[in-house]
Amino acid sequence: MLTLAVLIPLLGALALVLWPGVSSATARGFATAIATIPLLLLIAVWAGFNTDAGAPAFQSVVEAPWIPALGVAWRLGVDGIALSIVLMSALLFVAAIAWPADTQGRARAYYAWFLFLMAASLGLFLTLDLLLFYVFFDLSLVGMYFLIGRWGHGDAHRAALKFFIYTLAGSLPLLLAIIALYLASQPHTFDMRALIAAQPVAGMDVRASLILLGFVLAFAIKTPLFPVHTWLPPAHVNAPAPASAILAGVMLKMGTYGLIRIPYSMMTATFGRYALWLGVLAVISILWGALVALAQRDFKRLIAYTSINHMGYAVLGIAAAGALVDGEEAAQTLALTGATVEMVAHGLITGSLFLITGAFWQRTQDYEVDHYGGLAQTTPRLTAAMTVAAFASLGLPGLAGFVAEFQIFVGTFAVYPWLAAIGLLGILITAVLFLKMLQQLFFGELPDRLSGFTDLRATEAGILLVLLVLVVIIGIYPMWLLELINSASAVLVGGA
Amino acid sequence: MRARFWSGGLELSPAPVLPEIAVLVAACAALLTAAFVPQRLQWLGAPLALLGLAVAAGLAFTQLAGPPRSAFAGVWALDGAAIWGRLLILASAAVCVLLAPAWFARDKRHGEYYAMLLLSTLGALLLAGAMDTLQLVMGVLLSSVTGYVLAAYHRDWALSVEAGMKYFLIGALTNALLVIGVTLLFGLFGTTDYAALAVALADAPGQAMTLLALTLVVIGVAFKLGAVPAHAWLPDVAEGAPAPAAAFLTVVPKIGAAVALIRLLPMFPADAIAWRPILATLSVATMTLGNLGAVGQNDVRRLIGWSSISQSGYALMAITVVGLTDQALPALLFFLAGYAVANLAAFAMITWLRGRTDLEHYRGLSAKRPLAAAVLVIAFLSLVGIPPLAGFVGKLMLFVAAIDAGYAWLAVVAVINTVISLFYYLRVLGPMYFDDTDAPVHTLGSSAAVAMLAAGLLTVLLGVLSQPLLAALGSAVLLP
Repeated sequence: MLTLAVLIPLLGALALVLWPGVSSATARGFATAIATIPLLLLIAVWAGFNTDAGAPAFQSVVEAPWIPALGVAWRLGVDGIALSIVLMSALLFVAAIAWPADTQGRARAYYAWFLFLMAASLGLFLTLDLLLFYVFFDLSLVGMYFLIGRWGHGDAHRAALKFFIYTLAGSLPLLLAIIALYLASQPHTFDMRALIAAQPVAGMDVRASLILLGFVLAFAIKTPLFPVHTWLPPAHVNAPAPASAILAGVMLKMGTYGLIRIPYSMMTATFGRYALWLGVLAVISILWGALVALAQRDFKRLIAYTSINHMGYAVLGIAAAGALVDGEEAAQTLALTGATVEMVAHGLITGSLFLITGAFWQRTQDYEVDHYGGLAQTTPRLTAAMTVAAFASLGLPGLAGFVAEFQIFVGTFAVYPWLAAIGLLGILITAVLFLKMLQQLFFGELPDRLSGFTDLRATEAGILLVLLVLVVIIGIYPMWLLELINSASAVLVGGA
Repeated sequence: MRARFWSGGLELSPAPVLPEIAVLVAACAALLTAAFVPQRLQWLGAPLALLGLAVAAGLAFTQLAGPPRSAFAGVWALDGAAIWGRLLILASAAVCVLLAPAWFARDKRHGEYYAMLLLSTLGALLLAGAMDTLQLVMGVLLSSVTGYVLAAYHRDWALSVEAGMKYFLIGALTNALLVIGVTLLFGLFGTTDYAALAVALADAPGQAMTLLALTLVVIGVAFKLGAVPAHAWLPDVAEGAPAPAAAFLTVVPKIGAAVALIRLLPMFPADAIAWRPILATLSVATMTLGNLGAVGQNDVRRLIGWSSISQSGYALMAITVVGLTDQALPALLFFLAGYAVANLAAFAMITWLRGRTDLEHYRGLSAKRPLAAAVLVIAFLSLVGIPPLAGFVGKLMLFVAAIDAGYAWLAVVAVINTVISLFYYLRVLGPMYFDDTDAPVHTLGSSAAVAMLAAGLLTVLLGVLSQPLLAALGSAVLLP
């Protein structure tokens, strides 16, 4: 099942490449259909997933030899955290592929790259093999590089180049750290389950810290955390909207998911020793992201900076969960669950927000907040979608963002009360900036040149409806999601 | 060489050198054919050369059976390193042969090219098998003199002549240093035979003269490897030599030289004669200089030349740690294989596009020639080390070997260089995919296209299906 979820998009991409003269509409329909298959497969896996306390941590496991000489194998499997993130990712990919995009006469290549990126991203969340994790990590960069560079706007070449080089600079320390972990294990293996059980660097001092540094650097660039976030704004702003949605919704999660899966799980003691510093970095990112977003007049850039802010919450939760404290297991479980819900919620919310910016771009080629106003009168659907997404993003109770941030802060208060208190300021600032943005875009006087501005088309509205309904459901009735995630975070924290 | 040669009884069975004999016979046949057939049939040298290389590869493959051994009183290695090195050299040479027929079709001396190419291949084969310092010298010299001719094959084109001249000048100097180094070693230890040298060196106290001799020999071989300090010919040859010859000269001699180095150095006791720091320094200097040279290039062939220098620097990582970890030899051989297919794919693509070399002319190429553009993307990403391509597995093995041997800092330097290298590769790939062009794109012959596709496909397959080769290399042994 899981293998098919990775292979089908890959084969779909190959089919598109070899399919001569396919029309743009056919290519989009084909790609959407192909992308739906992994989503359905993953829902089936979810239906069969056992969340009972005694159930095995990783389920639906498949294992096939790949490079036995190096201890690398095709190992896939999911726990509650991976499954919740991969489900969100698959859904977001279907939405992004179905989104009517301007493919600039190269529909085949556009959808092929998208399916390729989908295979790499899903594979990353599904794999239980460290080297395979790295393979997918790098492949996702290649896919995104071509999407930004070819179909982006503005200074897309530069943004794509910066994105690729910057994030490759992040992925190579990851490779070295993975190799070091592999060499520290006896016998040498890349099997995540074996590494989690063995904790191969426990008791090593300097070397363990260096390995941790490699992982944290890699994932901090990917997430991104201050001060290694500078690749993100140009990449997001110049990417085509569906690619921005995937970049923010799926690819940033690779950083936080990687933190949980690798250093948090495989070198628990070392991670705990430095958790406070990670938490401090997270709080700086929360505030930095929020403050810089506040100053933006370009609303796509504004949303990009709020991503830094939101991913900061997730990292704060992970740091609190990893801290070496006794007797706070319940709070730490809460923090870890909250961090995972944040990833899911941020994927859905920011994915929607970026798709909406795409709708703006297709109509006016303009992201300047000040050039807009009064759109609420002419575009009710657009206004509704943007309002729900923005309120969810600022953490309004009853929507998904609140569930996540509430748990993260409750959990963190028990462990790092000061960090949590400072971090709360971030929520305040994002509330201000989103309200200001909504007011500017939709209220006030409608400028004359926007009189021809059309509302969302049925396809656009339908896609956003699915994503935002989920945001509301998670906000009102989150138990089904929390139960799934809790099954994993209880094990992870309990094992700490 | 001396006493044992006679006392041990003369082994004169030609079996250990049958592959080399096959290449030599093919070279003679190609030369005779060139002399007697008319201009329009000169391409017959290509199938002849391919046949000779295929027979040689088949014979070398049969040598894999049986234990690691040496022949001819210990001057000729038949171990995993030598035989896999030979197979790699033969396969790479075959790809280069495929590039030639269309390129040289109007050249008056078309047929002789194949003879020269085969003799140069023979030189690289000698290097891979050398277990005697004189044998090493012969390998370097044969590979060099033929190399000069290949580089300057377009003798009425200034750039080609300049490339050959530069290659020759640096070659003459470093060959002389190599011979001096070998002479010093003979003077110090009274033998040219590796096995005897290893014994003598184990007891010898560390002394400056030994270190000097070793340094001279290393510089002599570094010339063939394209490593610092004898690297300066590579960008000129990559740019000025005929594209098929550039493909050959940037790949085949390197394989022989790398195997020769990894065999030579472990004989010297690392604690008495500090060669590991020297090699590590050369490695860092080579990869860094190569990358910095490539960053500003607007000429794609020159850029590949500089990148090929930096790749030699990565290869030197494995040679630096040989003896400290079992992974060094398999890492080197796999890395060389990955480098060879990717570099050949890039040059094959350039040859097929009639040697197009200005960065500007690559703009928008993907729309006109999607397959060629895809091959170049695969080749460059493999040279960067993006998974799951061949170059990734090669670099992974190098990093594993370096970290396992306690040279993690060397791996960190290589990582920084890898990030730099991505920048200049993307300077070619980006415009190729992101821009549009109206200019027509001319191509050259079908055999070059075959070579391009084969090398591109191998770059993918060698990465995705690396297990068989890795398993085979894992058991390779290094004599003496």
